[in-house]
Amino acid sequence: MERLEFFPLGDAGIVLKLGDVIDEQTRQKIMAISAYLEQQPLSGMTEYVPGYTTVTIYYDPLAWRDPLGQELAYDRFQAALENQLRQLSFSAASEQRVVDIPVCYGGQYGPDLQEVSEYHGLTQEEVIQIHSGQAYIVHMIGFAPGFPYLGGLDKRIATPRRSTPRTAIAPGSVGIGGAQTGVYPLESPGGWQIIGRTPERLFRPEEHPPSLLRAGDRVRFVPISAAEYEQRKQVGR
Amino acid sequence: MSVEVISPGLFTTVQDLGRYGYQRHGVHVNGAMDALALRVANLLVGNEPDAAVLELTMKGPALRFHQDVLVAVCGADMQPVLDERRLRRNRPVLVQSGSVLRFGHAREGCRAYLAIAGGFDVPLVMNSRSTNVRAKFGGAWGRALAETDRLSLGKPGKKNVRLARQLQDRSVNRADSFCEADWFVPQSFFPYPQQKDAVVRVMPGAESELFTAQSRRDFWTTPYQISVQSDRMGYRLHGPELALNEPVELISSAVSAGTIQVPPSGMPIVLLADRQTVGGYPKIGHVATVDLPILAQLRPHDRVQFQQVTLRAAQQAWYEQEKALAELETGIELYLGGRSKR
Repeated sequence: MERLEFFPLGDAGIVLKLGDVIDEQTRQKIMAISAYLEQQPLSGMTEYVPGYTTVTIYYDPLAWRDPLGQELAYDRFQAALENQLRQLSFSAASEQRVVDIPVCYGGQYGPDLQEVSEYHGLTQEEVIQIHSGQAYIVHMIGFAPGFPYLGGLDKRIATPRRSTPRTAIAPGSVGIGGAQTGVYPLESPGGWQIIGRTPERLFRPEEHPPSLLRAGDRVRFVPISAAEYEQRKQVGR
Repeated sequence: MSVEVISPGLFTTVQDLGRYGYQRHGVHVNGAMDALALRVANLLVGNEPDAAVLELTMKGPALRFHQDVLVAVCGADMQPVLDERRLRRNRPVLVQSGSVLRFGHAREGCRAYLAIAGGFDVPLVMNSRSTNVRAKFGGAWGRALAETDRLSLGKPGKKNVRLARQLQDRSVNRADSFCEADWFVPQSFFPYPQQKDAVVRVMPGAESELFTAQSRRDFWTTPYQISVQSDRMGYRLHGPELALNEPVELISSAVSAGTIQVPPSGMPIVLLADRQTVGGYPKIGHVATVDLPILAQLRPHDRVQFQQVTLRAAQQAWYEQEKALAELETGIELYLGGRSKR
């Protein structure tokens, strides 16, 4: 494995930088490191957080304190981390999950579908077809519990955010914000164009793991009818 | 067997040391803003360091105890009154069932912590009892306390019982509804500033070099004011505008408690307990973990001066704080007589 680039995040974090741009190669490395840390966490490691081009690892400076008071806890932890990861081969492709997310597009669940289609000179059906016609990659989970940062939105339906953000967006709302698409797991304010809604719960605090999606998953949006939405919503309760 | 909320105060939540291990699922850490006050309050009543306490903000609640309880209050001075008598901070107090504890407005500081022997017994969610108000889970019903809420307490352990017994034995006036310990932790144990201008230690962040020389000078030499748009998520600051040498489009990555990020407005934001897990703004610095309690006790309009330190200095200060806490714990053990038999 090539030399790794590290830098501190405050006094209890270390950032492992794996690339300068968002690409598949960097993503594969991040997934391999995440999988490794999941299975073999270092002692004194609090947790790890995968990003687009980084993996941030939180550690306990007390656990990595140099008894002689010479070396920095940060340097000691970095050396141990580097030593561990050196043995890691990035060729081992991890198993990739594909998660289908049912979405009722348009109508009361997707109040901005009309506007999005008009903006691009497409029909609503064409927008749905494009949005549900491909798999998206989950780069990371953040912003809110269970919120996936998805990569892969077709440029043909990339749409600027609403000029006036909504004060409350229903949980499960599927939106487009610029070149990004995503699902709001919780009721929250937001400026994305809402084109549909899923009956699936993306954040489940009572379950382990609490997030339906994980970094590295592939996501497909599957169009469903309003009746089907209602039915699934009932079952989910 | 519970604590009844007569009036909830401005914003009172159940918190512990935080919810770690789930940030990769986007789950906020939460936990006490002033972790030092939480830990000392827990020590004073014989709790484990991660026991759940109440965090009180600006104006505290009124609570009725439906059982005998051993309590301690640390942090901001909200002039607590127990059955018409002032309750002093930073010491264990044994309170009789039926008593009412009323907090007022914070005279100094912003957040007070009420620890009760046994801890607040709310469900563990993802290994923590901290309240996540935004996502509505954890703590007491995933929200701040409300009138008529009833909170149960955990079963006191050996240490809790030993402390309570000692207080009972030394009690001079048994007619009182409560008895205070004759020993306490001096307020000087805490790093809170004496004057209005607080100084917190800050390590330069990964993007600090991207800011103009003038901005960097301003950041390290001019005090910033805490704005009214400040809460447990973060403090928005007012002061000299911080400009980048040239615009940058950063790729979002993890942020932590104390991260100081600068959005395009040029006004820095210090991320705190309820921060989101990732962010995409340039990071000009990180507040040393040991100095987060200082920030936790500042209020809107207070000012803070950032002092540049190295990572080594920040971690050294961390060790010193742990040493002081360990000494405090040993001191309490010795005072109680007889070493703890664990």
